[in-house]
Order: sequence, then structure tokens, then C-alpha cells
Amino acid sequence: MSGGVRQLRGGTRSALSLNAALVYLFFYAPILLLIFYSFSDDDLVGRWGGFTLDWYRAFGRNDEVQSALSVSIRVALISTVVSVVLGTMAALALERYRFRGNRIFDALLYLPVIVPDVTMAVMMLLFFTWSIDVVNTSFGLSLGKGISTVALSHIAFSISFVSIVVRARLAGMTQTLEEAAQDLYASQWQAFRHVTLPLIMPGVIGGGLLALTLSLDDVVITQFAAGPGSTTLPVYVFGLIRRGVSPLINAVSVVMLAASVLLVLLSLLAQRARGGSVT
Amino acid sequence: MTAAVEIRGVTKRFDDVVAVDSVDLEIADGEFFALLGPSGCGKTTTLRMIAGLEFPTEGSIRIFGEEVGTLPPNKRPVNTVFQNYALFPHMSVLDNVSFGLRMKKVDKTDARAKSMKMIDLVQLGGMEGRKPSQLSGGQQQRVALARALVNEPKVLLLDEPLGALDLKLRQEMQTELKSLQRELGVSFVFVTHDQEEAMAMSDRIAVMHDGQLLQVGSPEEIYERPTNRFVADFIGQTNLIDATVEDDDHIILTNGTRLRAPSPHEPGTSVAMSLRPEAISIGPRGSVPDEHSATSLEGAVASVTYLGHAVDYSVKIGWIDLEVRGGATAGGQRFEAGDEVSVWWDRTSDWVVAD
Ligand SMILES: Nc1ncnc2c1ncn2[C@@H]1O[C@H](COP(=O)(O)OP(=O)(O)OP(=O)(O)O)[C@@H](O)[C@H]1O
Ligand SMILES: [Mg+2]
Repeated sequence: MSGGVRQLRGGTRSALSLNAALVYLFFYAPILLLIFYSFSDDDLVGRWGGFTLDWYRAFGRNDEVQSALSVSIRVALISTVVSVVLGTMAALALERYRFRGNRIFDALLYLPVIVPDVTMAVMMLLFFTWSIDVVNTSFGLSLGKGISTVALSHIAFSISFVSIVVRARLAGMTQTLEEAAQDLYASQWQAFRHVTLPLIMPGVIGGGLLALTLSLDDVVITQFAAGPGSTTLPVYVFGLIRRGVSPLINAVSVVMLAASVLLVLLSLLAQRARGGSVT
Repeated sequence: MTAAVEIRGVTKRFDDVVAVDSVDLEIADGEFFALLGPSGCGKTTTLRMIAGLEFPTEGSIRIFGEEVGTLPPNKRPVNTVFQNYALFPHMSVLDNVSFGLRMKKVDKTDARAKSMKMIDLVQLGGMEGRKPSQLSGGQQQRVALARALVNEPKVLLLDEPLGALDLKLRQEMQTELKSLQRELGVSFVFVTHDQEEAMAMSDRIAVMHDGQLLQVGSPEEIYERPTNRFVADFIGQTNLIDATVEDDDHIILTNGTRLRAPSPHEPGTSVAMSLRPEAISIGPRGSVPDEHSATSLEGAVASVTYLGHAVDYSVKIGWIDLEVRGGATAGGQRFEAGDEVSVWWDRTSDWVVAD
């Protein structure tokens, strides 16, 4: 295999490396630019006025940013925990039990992955408006959209991702292991707790980090599901851009980028850590 | 004495597949019992029903007198050595072996001591800290064995435990398993599709085919007195000659030849006569001793295969080819292809089997 790579002729080779260089430039130049100007001491985005940490300080002091950050974190934590539990349970049910309609559930589970964000967002908006209306009129309440509707919408799309990741892990693990545990006096719960769960844990953690990242990054669906007081950080940044850009956006974006990269790295590590064969 | 395992009229259906078909079976306490049969005949399914990993569609299973029909596996006094060992990959050898004791809430130090003793018994002392992936196939096999035996099951179920080992290791493990079983006095139910393995190890063998139990008996009985064509053919090498029963001491071959052969079947039944190659004597045409005149046939040598310790002849007798095994010793006469010969056998070495 490696021989084939080495034997590429000179012209092809330099063309390929040029292409690679361009692709990487295209990917990373904007990121570098963003990071660079987030340290610029100038009120205009994209003009260098000397080094400063002022924008990061402003990020720390700005109440709106702070409240958006706290909403983001709360929504992300709630939706991650709930979707990890439900997604893992769905994966177990679909992978380990045969029941009527198994195949249909299987297909339906992938739907949120395929449905465009905007469609999903409109569906959520319609659903929440309609169901809040029903609840309010029948119980005489005055509920509105808020953090819980945002969390619910995030749970709705995260479950799919979690269960897809967990299922991949389960599929590589023979059911005989669970049978062996039961043969050795473990109840169904003990077999799950001592054998299945530890073996699918990398998948569960990976799925959880994926859910966390998706929740922290989402704009479109959140915008439709959010109500007053439930603006998340990405949605806030979006709003900020519309009102006119300030270098504060750069700082906020860099922080979000750093958090996302960290989460992705953690998820890769989790997949690696116990990545040994499970068959 | 109550049987260790008693299976009565057990049938198992998977949708439209009948995996096990009204099986009756008793396995005695302390017995080394083999379930033998070709692939897909229902051996594993039978074993899994004893373990509780599968429930019978019909019938009853008792373990030492107690009905276990739908009891879950963790409530049964049996343990299983799985076909591919099914060791827990995330646990050390010690944790694997002590798993059953820990689930039964045996005191921690006791569980550890017992497990270490069992690990020593299967000659894995010093490896208790390793993960299964750091062991050879044979060593993993021993861990699986120790993990089951440490719980002192009343019956140990083994599903082709030696299937994944190479020939030499396999033979070593056969001897080891056998002596371990004698030492512990526990009933072993051993699934295999290797008839030599079943012969070498078992007190009794049950031959299965298409979900049905065809014959149960000691290795000698199964080999020398098969009750039907499938068993005769499956166990060892044999010549099967089609015939019809004439009376209780004679059969007629399809070409009209009348031979003496006692059979328990009704006159007119179509049967097959099973003749083991090593039970047939061969000599020059006309040299048949008088007492064998009614148990002999005439033919010509079609081919000769020299095996070192023996010589295999294929003898053409009109419409059939008979495999005959002759001695290769200096005393024994040797024949060439084309030689006119007679073959004969003792009245007690033929065996008439039903179709
Ligand atoms: N869970 C199942 N669902 C459907 N059919 C099954 C199932 N388990 C076994 N069978 C069928 O039942 C029959 C007996 O299978 P079993 O595994 O008991 O055979 P076996 O004698 O152990 O074969 P082998 O030597 O290949 O392991 C086969 O035809 C098999 O396809
Ligand atoms: Mg099998």
C-alpha cells in the first residue's frame, strides 16, 4: 500500500500537496484570523490596534453574555443527561430485543439526523405553541416557551445521535456475554450493570459529549423553541451580529470554539480509552 | 437415584423451525455425557434449555428432581462453558473467575481464596491479573472452565469447549477435562460434533439428528450396535448394505443373495446391514471357512490403499463396493487390485439397522 503512495510521479505529487495546503488554508485561516483579531485593541472588527485582553474582560463583565452563557450551560447539561439515558435505553431495546415494529422504530430513530434543522425548528415551534396552548386552556395556566422548551427540543434531536453511537458499540459486543453473566447468577440488572454498561461506556460517553456539543452549538432550532429569558449563547451572538458587529463577538466565538474543540477531544479520548475489542 | 438432568418430551420451536423435537433424556449424577450430532441438529439448543437461556416450547426439564422449565438461568444450579468462552474482556482473570461468587454475595475474602484455588487447579497460577486478551486460546479455555467450576455447579454444561483449539492442545485438554470430571464427580454435559472426541471422553453418548434423539448409549453400544442407519453411518466408518428382512435370522440383499443376520425387525421390513471395515475378513476366492458360509460374499479387489499399520481394500461385489480393512503384518496375506477374493464376517459383527 505505502509503495503506491511513494511511487506517485513528481507532478502529481506537488499538485496534491498544493491542494492539501490550500484546503488547510481555507479551513484554518478564518479561525486564525478570528483568534488574532479577538486580541485587537480596536472598535472595528478586523482592524489591528495593538494587543489587548479587553474583549475577554468585556465578555466576563457583560450581563447579557453571562446570562446567555448560563442558559446555554443549563440547557446543555439537562439535555445531555436526559438524552444519554433515553438514547442508551433506545439503543438497548432496538439492539437486544425483537418486538413488533422493531424495524419501523429503527428507521424512525434516524429521522432527526436527516430532517433539515429548519424543518425541525418549524415543527418544534408549531408543536410547542400548540401543546402549550392546550395545557394552558385546559389547566388555566399561563405557561410560555422558555428554558424547558429549548431543553426539550435539544433532547429530541440528541437522542438519535446518542443511540446511534451506543448501538454501534452494542453491535460489536456479543449477547453471549450477557448470557454468561446470567449463567453466573447475575440478575438482568446486574448483568447490565457489571458487563453491558462497562463495555458500552465509551459509546455512552462519546454520545453524551456529542449531545453536549450539539446543544451548545445549536442556533436554528433553539431560536424557534426559545422564549423570553431563554437566549442561549449562540443565539445571542447571532443577534449581536444583526445589531452590528463588535469585536466582542470575536472573543465570544473564540471561547465557544475552544469549548467545542475540548469536547470533541474528550469524546475521542473516551472512545480510545476503553476501545479494546468487546467481542 | 434421581437423575441429574431429566428431559421429558421437550420440543423447541423457533417460529417454523423445530430445533429440538420431543426429546426424552436422563443424565445420571456424576456422568460424563456427550451430545453428538452434525451441525444444526439441535445440540446447542438442548444445552441452552438446560441452562435456562432458552425455554422449551413443550415438555419438562428437571434438575435433580426440581422442575426448572421457565426458571431464569441465574436461578439454576448449573453453569456453562460457552462455545467461544464468552470471557468478560474488561475484567482480569481473577474477576472473571470470581464473578459468579460475587453475584451470589459470597464473602469477599472467601470468594478470592476459592477463585485463586480454582485458578491454580486449571494451572493458571500467576496469571490472575491478566486480561483475557492477554491469554492464549488454551488459557482462555481454562479460565472459562474455572469460572464455571468455582461455583460448584451440580451439572456443568460445555458447548464445544475444545472446538477452537488445535489438534494437540485439544487432545491434552480432553484428557485433562476427563480427569477433572472424575476428580470433582460432577455431571458434565458435553456438546460436540466430533465423534472421536465423544467416544474418547464420554460414559454415554446421545446421537442427535434434525432435532431428534436417535440413540443413547455407551460408546461401545453406539459403535457396535447402532439402531439406525444414520447412527451407523455417522459414528466411525461402515459399509451399509440395503436388504429386506426374511425371518428373524435371515435377510435378502437387493440382488437376491440370502445371508444369515439376526434382526429384531418384522419380515419384509427394509433395513440396512452395517459392517465395519475392520470386522470383515478377506481371503482368496473359495477360502471361506465353513462356519462363515452364510455370512460371506464374493468379489474382486478394486483398489488397495496402504496405511502403514493396515491396508484398506475396496472390494467390488457386483452392485456394491465394500470397504475392508486388512492387517499389514507379515502373517496376513496381501492382495492386489484385480485379485478374486471372498470376504466373510462373524455373525456377531454384522448389525441390522432400520432405515
Ligand atoms: N434463536 C434462534 N432462532 C431461530 N432458529 C434458531 C435459533 N437458534 C437455533 N436455531 C435453529 O435451530 C436449529 C438447531 O440449532 P443449534 O444451534 O441447536 O444446532 P447445533 O446442533 O448446536 O449446531 P452446531 O454444531 O452448528 O453448533 C438450527 O436449524 C438453527 O438454525
Ligand atoms: Mg452449537
